[in-house]
This record gives sequence, C-alpha cells and structure tokens, in this order.
Amino acid sequence: MESAISLNNVKKTYGEVNALSGITFEVKKNIIFGLVGPDGAGKSTLIRILCGLLKPDEGVIRILGKEMPKDYNMIKDDIGYLSQKFSLYTDLTVDENIEFIAQIHGVKKFHERRDELLEFTRMKKYRKFLAGNLSGGMKQKLALACTLIYKPKLLFLDEPTTGVDPVSRREFWLILAGLLKEDITVFISTPYMEEAERFNEIALIENGKILAVDTPAGIKQKISNTVLEIVCTPARKAYEVISDSGDDEVQLFGDRVNVILEGKNSSEDRVVNLLKNNGVTIQDLRKSNPSLENAFIHLLKESA
Amino acid sequence: MISRILSISKKEMREIIRDKRSLMIIFALPVFLLIMFGYAVTLDIDEIKLGVLDDDNSLLSRDFISTLNSSEYFTITQVIERESDINSLLDRGNIQCAVVIPIGFEKQVERKQKAPVQFLIDGMDASTASIIQSYVIAASQSFSQNVTKDFVSSRTGMKMIEPINIEPQFWYNKSLDTTQFFIPGLLALMLIVISVILVSISIVREKELGTIEQIRVSPVSSFELIAGKIVPYLIVSLIIAALMIFMGYLFFGVVVKGSYIHLFLGTACYLLATLSMGIFISTISDSQQVAFQISQVVSQLPTLILSGFIFPIESMPVSIQILSYITPARYYIVILRDILIKGTPFETFSMQLIYLLIFATAFILISIIRIKRSEAI
Repeated sequence: MESAISLNNVKKTYGEVNALSGITFEVKKNIIFGLVGPDGAGKSTLIRILCGLLKPDEGVIRILGKEMPKDYNMIKDDIGYLSQKFSLYTDLTVDENIEFIAQIHGVKKFHERRDELLEFTRMKKYRKFLAGNLSGGMKQKLALACTLIYKPKLLFLDEPTTGVDPVSRREFWLILAGLLKEDITVFISTPYMEEAERFNEIALIENGKILAVDTPAGIKQKISNTVLEIVCTPARKAYEVISDSGDDEVQLFGDRVNVILEGKNSSEDRVVNLLKNNGVTIQDLRKSNPSLENAFIHLLKESA
Repeated sequence: MISRILSISKKEMREIIRDKRSLMIIFALPVFLLIMFGYAVTLDIDEIKLGVLDDDNSLLSRDFISTLNSSEYFTITQVIERESDINSLLDRGNIQCAVVIPIGFEKQVERKQKAPVQFLIDGMDASTASIIQSYVIAASQSFSQNVTKDFVSSRTGMKMIEPINIEPQFWYNKSLDTTQFFIPGLLALMLIVISVILVSISIVREKELGTIEQIRVSPVSSFELIAGKIVPYLIVSLIIAALMIFMGYLFFGVVVKGSYIHLFLGTACYLLATLSMGIFISTISDSQQVAFQISQVVSQLPTLILSGFIFPIESMPVSIQILSYITPARYYIVILRDILIKGTPFETFSMQLIYLLIFATAFILISIIRIKRSEAI
C-alpha cells in the first residue's frame, strides 16, 4: 500500500538556523502518527511544510501520492490542518465557523455532517456561542470539527493538546481514536512524551533531525536494559556521582534519578553502594521497564 | 470560484456587522468630519472687519464709506479717531482692514485731481489679505466710476455710456460657494481613508490571528481571497458615500446635478482603486499597527495635497503634476465635480473611470504576485 506521507531528505533553513536538516521517513495510511520532540525541535516547521504553508529548501515530499509543492492544489481538499494557535474567527459562532470552512472547501451540503460532528465532539449545546467565548478545550474541538467538515484523508494537528486542561485533553484523544474508523490518517505533533504512547507510530525529532521512527514499543526496545528508578536526596548529587562513575547512563527527573543499567559491571548493588558512600539518602528504589522518555533521552545522548 | 468568493464575503460581512462599535465609527466619523470640514474649509470671506478714519468728513467721503459698508463683504466695526490707533486695532485683530480718508478728499475730487485713499490690510494670512485687497480695489473702482459718471452728466447733461459693461456670470456654482467646490474633495478624502484602512487592517488582522492559514490551506486562490475581501468593503464604502452625499445635501445644499447611475459607477470605480491599494498595503505589512499607519499616510497626504482638492493641479510644478497621476482621488474629484456640480454627460469623465480601473487592476495584480512569491498574506 502507498504511504500517506513520504519524505526524503527534506531541509529548511531560516537564515543561519537549520530548522530541518535532512528529514526522511514514511507514514502509513490510516494510523495515528506522532511527531514527538521538545519545543524548537522543528515540529511546527515540518507540519507547515507538509501542509503547503512553507516551502522546503530541498528534498522530495509526496503526500497521498502527489508531489509537493507542485501538485499542492490537487490535494488541498484532502488535507486538514489544525494550527498550534487557535485560528478560527472569534467573532463568529461555532456554526458559522464550520459553515465558512465547509464553503471555502466547496462543500455545499454540510448541515448534516455539521450536526454529526457537533454531536461527536459534544459541542451541540454551544453551537450558537461565539468561538471567542469558548474555553481552550472547546476551541480545540471546534477547530477539529472545522477541519473534519470536508472529510480530509489526511489530518495535520500541530500540538493540539498544548494548553488544554487534562479532562478536555482526554476527551480529545477519545475523539481522535474514534476518527480512525473514518479512513483517515492523523499526523500529530506533541512535546509530551506520555502522549506518545497513544500513537500507532512515532518519530522522535530533535534539533531538526529525526532520531528514530518506530512504534512506541519498538522505540522502548532500543533500550533493552533495566531501568532503576531511585527517589533520593539530594537527587542532583546522585546524578553527578553516577554520571561521573561513567559506567551507566543516568537521567535526572526532579527528586529522582533513572539509571539505565547498561555497563558491563553494572548492577543494582553497585549503584546503591555508590550512592550510600557519597552521602545520598535513598527513599525509594524500583526496577522498571524503560519508558519512552528514557528511550528518548537515551537516543538523544547517543546522537550527541 | 464565485461561490468561494461569496463565502468569504459573507463571513466578512458577518464580522463587520457583529462589531457594533467599529460599525458606529465607520458610519458616524465620515459624516461628522464632512460637517466639520464643510464648515471649516471654506475660502469665502465675507464681513471683513473694517475700521474707518475719516479726516475729510465731507459729503463725498461719507458717501464712499457708506458704499463700502453697503457691500456684503465689509462691515464697519470701528470708527477710528486718531491714526495712531490703527496699529493696535490691527494688532489685536479688531479690524482686518483700515481705510484712511485724508483731509481734502472731496476738494481734490472736485478739482479733478487724484484723491488718495489709504487702505491698511492685515497681511498675516496672505490668501485672505489678497482677497481683501481685490474687494477693496473693486469697491474703489466702482465708486470712482460712479463719481466720474455723475460729474460728466452734470456738466454736459449727457448720459455717459460705459464702453464696456462687464456682467460676469458664473456657471455651475452660480454663487461661487466654495463649500460646493470642496464637497467632492471631502468625499474623496473620507472614502479613501476609510476604505484603505478597513480592508488592509481586515487582512492583516487575519495574518496576526493566524486565521488566514485556514484559508491558505483551502482551495481558495489569491484572487478569490482578494475579491472576497473587496466585495463587502465596497458595499460598506458605497453606503458611506451615499450617506455623505445625503448629508452634503442636508447641510450644504449640494444637489446631484448629473445622473445617479454615473455617480454610482464613478464611486464604485474609485473604491475599487482605493480598496486594491489597501489590499496591496496588507501584503507589505505584518501588524495591524503598521498597516494602519501606512494606510493613513498613503491615503491621506496625496489626497490632501496632490489631488487638486485644495491646491489646483494646474498651478503645481510639472514634476509634482506627474506625481499627482498616481493619486486615485485626482480622477474621482474630477468625476464628482462633473457629476455633482456641472451635471455633464458621461463622455466628459469616462477617461477618468478607465484610469481608476487601470489603477485597481495594477494593484490587484501586484498583490497577487506578492502573495504567490513571498507567502505575504
């Protein structure tokens, strides 16, 4: 089967800054694909290039089998884009916003689909509200409803859950999961590692480079070792001690450190003794499987 | 294509109507300014404050003074006793002009000698002073003509016939009312300022808020976007124009002598030109503030200075005259004066309409190129 998106060596610079330096990957159809990385990694730039809002400096992009940006006009009705910032008309009502987006995409009979979408996103009560008066989560749902009104085959969501409360965020994910029934490919960017578990496939991006593309499980397998999660005081001291010993990879998370046991001589005992000898008090120690976050930091260090 | 243009226009219209406060300003401001300007911008000078120093105090001198006073241009506000008072009266603005009739005025006239009369005019405002001067000369000349006539007929018993009898008649604006003359300029000024600002800000606001991106990822073309933006603001501006013309009639008695259809056509072409200028401004500005400032400068200054609104284009240096061709108001003012004041047929201003349409097309094309090239909208 043909891929929904295929990228080959896509580059983009802003003046001196390399926003994207040679991006290559494929996205299969009918999955939720996550582009995961910290702020400033190049997520928005990549999405904006894929939507046709920016032109790449170099590289080949095929979207739904069409070459970008040459055949861009042929696929405009097949692509939906939800920008990071709420970008609908605050002085129009929910209904009017959806109507406008439907009409500029040439959808004449949008009323039934609009009712469905408002039902689906549980927004029916608010249809006469001005978009500007909606809460952050509802704005996001409205924006989603707007992009779905013309039934795109490929949906780009740029950090849809940033700045949205946890309850609305959960609801948003449920709605997205429901979408997959409708023959649609969803491409999402997010800075939140814990959200990445929800995607069928993810690409880790940092500094304009793709570190890995795989399923969440596949990415975690990139660290086969056990992870020690140690809650201790002072955590920073613990981090320095283990880091200086040089054998194991250590990651600092607030009041805890995660140690990835990968060295030849490494063992739980060695780490515990090392900490005790250096005056670090251990409150809690747990063995766990590596999380995506562990894997990501691991991959980052590897690439650096 | 049409349906996409209309859907943008409909959306824009909804936003315009919903913003009640801006709507109030859009309609009230031009009317308010028209009335203010209409009363303030006038070159008519009547009731010139005249001070009189009559040292002769004769029949003839009193006759001369009453001739001045009976004209509608002069009002005697001060009878001056001493010559030394004149300075302070002019200084304080109590009088704008003083007339000094020396002793022996009547006698010299009777002896058929030249009788000197002195006029002192406040020359601070050059244009007012020169108008006062011409009134003064006209009044004195007609007085001395009458004196000569009386003199000749009393001597010879014959009626003297003036060789040339001038009876000027002013066409179109019979009473030479400058308000009539200025209303077209005011209309052109208000319409260009409002339409350019409204349309440029409406597009730049969409850029600022990011709403333009939803349009850019849709199949809407740059031309459709521009057309969709022009239509609603064309309608709003036409309503403003109608309102201002009505107010011009109500307050200043300006009647449309020509055809209303021509007036509509001319105004629509002018607005197309100004709105496409606004569109172009929106492609070169990134914030509403910048768009507002550029719009103001670009629309206001040339219209005030170069359009022939206040200063006649014919009396400008050639280089400035050439510059005036890029001001759409220049053409519109000609059209308006033709239709409002003269009521002339279509052929007299059809060239102006074509200029305006060329102007509009040029700006729309440049804007489309800019949007395509640089993702400027």
